[in-house]
Amino acid sequence: MLDQQRAPVWEALEEMRREKLVPFDVPGHKRGRGNKDLMDFLGERCLSVDVNSTKYLDSLCHPTGIIAEGEALAAEAFGATAAYFMVGGTTASIQAMIFSTIREGDKLILPRNVHQSVINALVISGGIPVYVNPQVSERLGIALGMSVAEVRAAIEENPDARAVFVNNPTYYGICSNLREIVACAHAHGMKVLCDEAHGAHFYFGEGLPVSGMKAGADMAAVSMHKSGGSLTQSSFLLCGPGLDPDYVRQIIGLTMTTSGSYLLISSLDISRRGLALNGREVFEKVKQYASYARDEIRQIGDYLVYSDELINGDTIFDFDTTKLSVNTRDLGLAGIEVHDILHDEYDIQIEFGDLSNFLAYISIGDKTKNIERLIGALYEIRRRYKRAAGQGFSYEYMAPRLVLTPKEAFWAKKHPVPLKEAAGLVSAEALMTYPPGIPLLAPGERITQEIVDFIHSSREKGCVLTGTRDITAQTIQVVG
Amino acid sequence: MGFWFSESHTDNVKLNILVDEQLYSRQSNYQKIDIFQSREFGRVLTLDDVIVLTEKDEFIYHEMLIHPAMAVHPAIRRVLVVGAGDGAALRELCRYPDIEAIDVVEIDGTLVEACQEYLPSCAVGYSDPRVTVHIQDGLKFIRRLSDVYDLIIVDSTDPFGPGEVLFTKEFYGNCYKALREDGIMINQHESPFYSYEADAMKRAHRRIKESFPIHSVYQAHIPSYPSGHWLFGFASITFDPLKDLDAERWNALNIPTRYYNTDLHRGAFYLPNYVKDMLGEGR
Repeated sequence: MLDQQRAPVWEALEEMRREKLVPFDVPGHKRGRGNKDLMDFLGERCLSVDVNSTKYLDSLCHPTGIIAEGEALAAEAFGATAAYFMVGGTTASIQAMIFSTIREGDKLILPRNVHQSVINALVISGGIPVYVNPQVSERLGIALGMSVAEVRAAIEENPDARAVFVNNPTYYGICSNLREIVACAHAHGMKVLCDEAHGAHFYFGEGLPVSGMKAGADMAAVSMHKSGGSLTQSSFLLCGPGLDPDYVRQIIGLTMTTSGSYLLISSLDISRRGLALNGREVFEKVKQYASYARDEIRQIGDYLVYSDELINGDTIFDFDTTKLSVNTRDLGLAGIEVHDILHDEYDIQIEFGDLSNFLAYISIGDKTKNIERLIGALYEIRRRYKRAAGQGFSYEYMAPRLVLTPKEAFWAKKHPVPLKEAAGLVSAEALMTYPPGIPLLAPGERITQEIVDFIHSSREKGCVLTGTRDITAQTIQVVG
Repeated sequence: MGFWFSESHTDNVKLNILVDEQLYSRQSNYQKIDIFQSREFGRVLTLDDVIVLTEKDEFIYHEMLIHPAMAVHPAIRRVLVVGAGDGAALRELCRYPDIEAIDVVEIDGTLVEACQEYLPSCAVGYSDPRVTVHIQDGLKFIRRLSDVYDLIIVDSTDPFGPGEVLFTKEFYGNCYKALREDGIMINQHESPFYSYEADAMKRAHRRIKESFPIHSVYQAHIPSYPSGHWLFGFASITFDPLKDLDAERWNALNIPTRYYNTDLHRGAFYLPNYVKDMLGEGR
């Protein structure tokens, strides 16, 4: 048992500050004195610990001192065999998971509604995606989790696959049956990789969905900066016993900066300590805030607030009750319209709005009075803007037809064609629509007439198209 | 001997008041509450080290908060007071026999208790049987109500602490909804003089304008507040604060006041040019 009261990186930086070293090393701002504007803006305390890796402060690339200690504490706190401070966001953690398990030509089983960074990692590594259809709720217009039967079928059809990738949870807080997926994958000698960009609190709160490490997953990418309270761009990569931790460190080093920011590293160290000591109470409070807000918003009328009542034992195996997700279809407004009105008229910034949902992020940093403001503003928006109820969102899963690997297609000779003339060609890039937040195309896939038609009708409904080099998504890069 | 209570009005300006005794000090769930006995201003109530009232000049603030609306709207029966932990706004309202019911929503129960013990000349308002006290968040209380009140008094602190929600558009919109079709909302509207309060004042005015068809600002001189130049907002659905002033009716009520009168009422709505500019109103 380690002492979770300790925060070795934090302690070392505090000590360094007290020592008043004369800096003849980088960074050149020298504790901020060389950049007064930056110092005025960020403050002396902040810049005095923006320092370089040294013998005394250890090195993120080759940790043997305080960073190694901090990572060992994090591993214990998260119930992992090894943990790594990551300074390139959870995208870097996702890349490290994929590069550690998927080499050129290896198969990865994954839900279609993965984050863009997963497909990008395959573009670099040369892995072959095997997609599982996430089910979609037509009433809510959101993608759900993977059904265990479909994952099992994909595993059995692809016994040579190296790993299964799971969102734990999705952006909207929906979890698949992770324990069952791990059992099935391990029985077939496959690793399980968890995207826990929205799941850091699963490791510390009670009554929340199971965390990746607890469910026996092999690796997890945990966005500490979302629910964990650390600085933006900081993240933890966690490993179970099935991987060689030194090999994973080597993989991380392929793409990681050699000048890891001590602001980010110390924020991970401090936040880990905080969660290990107080996480249970903190997330109890977050759950209470979210539950209170849900009850109050339900009373307004027309806002459909959803939570764990959605649980169906399979594609919604569990739900993260700290999430405040609201469907706006009956209000006659798009979720993104509510998002915009809250920002423009009520000075309230929420996390996200799509065609029929919005998500308000509730966290460690919230205050009752701000939750009251959100609820009060939602009353006002209904009073002032309510329209006739909107339509449901119908979405038929279009199984992707892989012609080339994402790597082959992305790096191939390619040229743009107008989207409406692209049927029959092979896409060299990804294309995604919100809603439902599922990629329609990834590099290497045949563009069908069905997809072209769907893109056209999505655009007419006001969905947002992203992923193409052409930012207006009028053209798409195709192979050839 | 005594000691000096100091309040920073800006980073470069302070008001100092000689104090003989600190009568009360407590950190509530929302704010730090202190009550001092001073030589010049009598008892002084501060919240988070900012003066909320003094016994010497609170009459100016509270008379100006209540009487202008009462002299305009001829039939105020139901009133909501948001904030007002000290009770002095209630004291002024209770002078009107036609008022049937007064709801008070104050978030900080500790403040109410402190004022009842140490500021009896203000808290006297709580003893009127028409008054019902709700210890609750103002925004939460009001958001479910529609078409209930003739008058809403927003007696808030500055918008930098617990009073912040009482300066938001969602709050003003919810007030509009909670008023009857000819209702009036009066709010503590900060000061135009120092930029800190002036920015809050401009924001509040912009938010009120978006919610109410009639929106005026009037002024008073309150020596213990930063710069002494203080504003109130008069927001209403049908009544105009000047055209609908019924001086004869109000004077016939014989309400005892030390600051307010119906001539001053008219004058209070005529603003200095720099304030008009800030409010974006024509000169």
